[in-house]
Amino acid sequence: MRSVVPVLTVVAVILVLWYAAVIPMNAQWAYDQAARAEVDLSFSDLVAQTMSADRPRLPAPHQVVVELWNSTVMEELTGRFGLVETGTLSNRSLIYHGWVTLSATLVGFGIGTALGILLAVGIVHNRAMDRSVMPWAIASQTIPILAIAPMIIVVLNAVGITGLIPKAIISAYLSFFPVVVGMVSGLRAPDAMQLDLMHTYNANRWEIFAKLRWPSSVPFLFASLKVGIAASLIGAIVGELPTGAVAGLGARLLSGSYYGQTIQIWSALFAAAILAAGMVALIGLAQRITLKRMGMMQ
Amino acid sequence: MTDMATAFPRGRDWMIGPGAVQRAAMLLALLISAGLGLSGPVAQPGLTVIALLLAAGLLSLALDGAERVAKPPWVVAVLLIAIFACLAGAAWQLAFGQTGDEGAGFWSAVIATWLGAWMFVARLSEMTPRAKWAQRLVGLLSPLIFGATLLWLWEAVVRGGDVPPVILPAPTVIAERFAANGATLWGDFVQTFVKGALSGFAIGVAAALVFAVLVDRSPFLRRGLLPVGNFVAALPIVGTAPIMVMWFGFDWESKAAVVVAMVFFPMLVNSVQGLASASAMQRDLMHTYSASYWQSLAKLRLPAAMPFIFNGLKICSTLALIGAIVAEFFGSPTRGMGFRISTEVGRLQLGMVWAEITVAAIAGSAFYGVWAALEKWVTFWHPSQRGR
Amino acid sequence: MSEQTVIEARDLGLTFETNSGPIHALKDVNLTIEKGDFVSFIGPSGCGKTTFLRVVADLEQPTAGEITVNGMTPAQAREARAYGYVFQAAGLYPWRNIERNVKLPLEIMKMDRAEQDRRVSEVLELVDLKGFEKSFPWQLSGGMQQRASIARALAFDADLLLMDEPFGALDEIVRDHLNEQLIALWKRTGKTIGFVTHSIPEAVYLSTRIVVMSPRPGRITDIIESPLPAERPLDIRDSREFIEVAHRVREGLREGMSDVA
Repeated sequence: MRSVVPVLTVVAVILVLWYAAVIPMNAQWAYDQAARAEVDLSFSDLVAQTMSADRPRLPAPHQVVVELWNSTVMEELTGRFGLVETGTLSNRSLIYHGWVTLSATLVGFGIGTALGILLAVGIVHNRAMDRSVMPWAIASQTIPILAIAPMIIVVLNAVGITGLIPKAIISAYLSFFPVVVGMVSGLRAPDAMQLDLMHTYNANRWEIFAKLRWPSSVPFLFASLKVGIAASLIGAIVGELPTGAVAGLGARLLSGSYYGQTIQIWSALFAAAILAAGMVALIGLAQRITLKRMGMMQ
Repeated sequence: MTDMATAFPRGRDWMIGPGAVQRAAMLLALLISAGLGLSGPVAQPGLTVIALLLAAGLLSLALDGAERVAKPPWVVAVLLIAIFACLAGAAWQLAFGQTGDEGAGFWSAVIATWLGAWMFVARLSEMTPRAKWAQRLVGLLSPLIFGATLLWLWEAVVRGGDVPPVILPAPTVIAERFAANGATLWGDFVQTFVKGALSGFAIGVAAALVFAVLVDRSPFLRRGLLPVGNFVAALPIVGTAPIMVMWFGFDWESKAAVVVAMVFFPMLVNSVQGLASASAMQRDLMHTYSASYWQSLAKLRLPAAMPFIFNGLKICSTLALIGAIVAEFFGSPTRGMGFRISTEVGRLQLGMVWAEITVAAIAGSAFYGVWAALEKWVTFWHPSQRGR
Repeated sequence: MSEQTVIEARDLGLTFETNSGPIHALKDVNLTIEKGDFVSFIGPSGCGKTTFLRVVADLEQPTAGEITVNGMTPAQAREARAYGYVFQAAGLYPWRNIERNVKLPLEIMKMDRAEQDRRVSEVLELVDLKGFEKSFPWQLSGGMQQRASIARALAFDADLLLMDEPFGALDEIVRDHLNEQLIALWKRTGKTIGFVTHSIPEAVYLSTRIVVMSPRPGRITDIIESPLPAERPLDIRDSREFIEVAHRVREGLREGMSDVA
């Protein structure tokens, strides 16, 4: 709680710097405009124009916020293709594109996490898997797996799989390895003394897993889930690039960059940021509740 | 790895010995394969394959016997090498001795070989040789054999199943592409890694370090920046690529800018935490010496921060390459790894795509490896490095 | 105040403001420590013995009264490097070997290299750590680490040594051994030592004067001049004088507690 004031200060400083940067970034454009209209540009005019340009090099924060508002709530409530008019989400709204990305992210994240936990359990209980698979799981964290995203999309398209599944596969792949590595250290977290104690009770492997290893791994699980969900979202966004800007936040980014719609790019970027923050926050909340219930947190 | 001994308790679970299940399944698959091979009309696995696999199975039984009566290590080693040779011979035959019309018997032999390799790795993993070098060898062999088995399975499946190259090219095809396009791959590597990723990494990391030292002077700033930095580090910063392309043009400058944006906050958060990690007692000690700010920075806080700083460097080394490659998907000159991947995917030249991915994998793990090695050298004193 | 006075505290007080009200860590503390004294501070936790030492070292600021160290304020004394401080834990830097750990204060005080080397080998000799110069702290036992930290405090040859439960985390056998060595070192160097402990035998065995303190508020309840001779073998702890002094310390501690309870 005592961090609230410092955090707000830092955020305020960032906003001020942003506004300050808007003027020089867009000044050239404003001067050109003025030269064409053959008028002199006073400083207040300059500020006003740079803050409200149509396709600014750097949009002002309020422009991004307005665009976010317009392309979500306003579009759905009043737009011709909006929810109110048609009963379905408008394909011009960020809610629609955000949902396209989010659904792929969540499906992929679910699959990746489940498989990751399974492999981690296997690695902890089987020495052959530990020796042979684990080094590759660690090494795979160091290579840019994201580079294969376009290929997965195109190849799966070629065999007739389109839409959510290819993106979900990339998301699953990206969240898989952080979960494996995190869970292996989590399941190994109990120290020798705790394992010896279970041994004195003559507990079998399943009991050791259920009563000791699994509970000890929960904090590790949540830590890797936070990493995994962020990676999943990036995977889904990048997965939307090669299909030619059809739907999703990645598509909005790409089409924005094709047509020079900077405000659209920034609003899509912020929508992605809000999604990421929201999901990480949700996992954080689940972590707090779970750990509190398990008595691991005061 | 300290709890290894207790993590794998010996006892009733291990009564049947390592790899015994896999061996039983392997022999069963072999039986099916042989049966189909005798009755099936065409292109079943050759007699050599079946003989080699059978030999591998029998040799592993002999190995059980040798271990039970504690034969000298060289006997065990010779048996292991013989089993490996048999399996490798069968695998080679299955992958490269195909006739073009592979049926159920062939696949059954592939499965038998896979199980045999698994059995071999399981045997190997259970070995606890006394000599240091032998331990290291075993630790190295298990993942290598596993990796080789995966590559082999890929090759055999693609060839045996006639998988079209526009879906999945065989490893040999990728290797051939890799060798044939050395100049292009090198050019792409220089463009993306050296110019884009490396310069962005250097700028971003240096800026974050300087900033961290400045932030460290003010507890207020530190309290404010840490949550913000952690928040930003979780955001999909790659998305800034189109903006950077707009600001800095298509060439490597925009890629470097994306990389700077990607690495800055993770590096900042780690460095700030590191600089704050010296204990209160050690700070008091510096105070009793009336050490100046710079003295305590150089002699206490920077060395204490090194494990955190290296953790940040390792995270950023992977982020840098990802950023540089993905940023090229948003626009680039006609070279670069990301550019090559996206255009060759469009032309369905997957062999070239995989060759490029191989370059990315090697560059990524080598770059990471450099930092990991430096870390080991600089932070030799840290508990996480001492155990090994 | 004579030439010989090292530490002089007059009506010294220190109050921490916390969310649950003020805490009187020190109240009306009056104490004079002469040159060459070995003064132990003993008392239950919260009695302010560590706080007093930290005030002397300018690690805490008093809120009332006055204190001088060598006739100066604690801050001036710190800047003049008038004392060496030994903490509860050895607090050696894991990235420096023993030699370079002991050198740390000398580097900060910008002594020339040859002088640094001379002093390091001298103090390592003094604490019996010759031959471990190149070892890293984590390769040594707890007792050896603590000896290295004492060497570090001795290295710049301050006349005053402040020790805050330096042997608290060690087992009794190692502790006896280090106590013996500390006495020998004190006799050889003639330093003034302020020593915080919560072990009665340790306090009685080491000190020329024992300051008994009690909590809430932290204050001095008794100051005992030790009648023990300067020559102190370990078995002096079975002598009648020793047991009498220990008894008086225990009584003092009990009195301090009964006020509170």
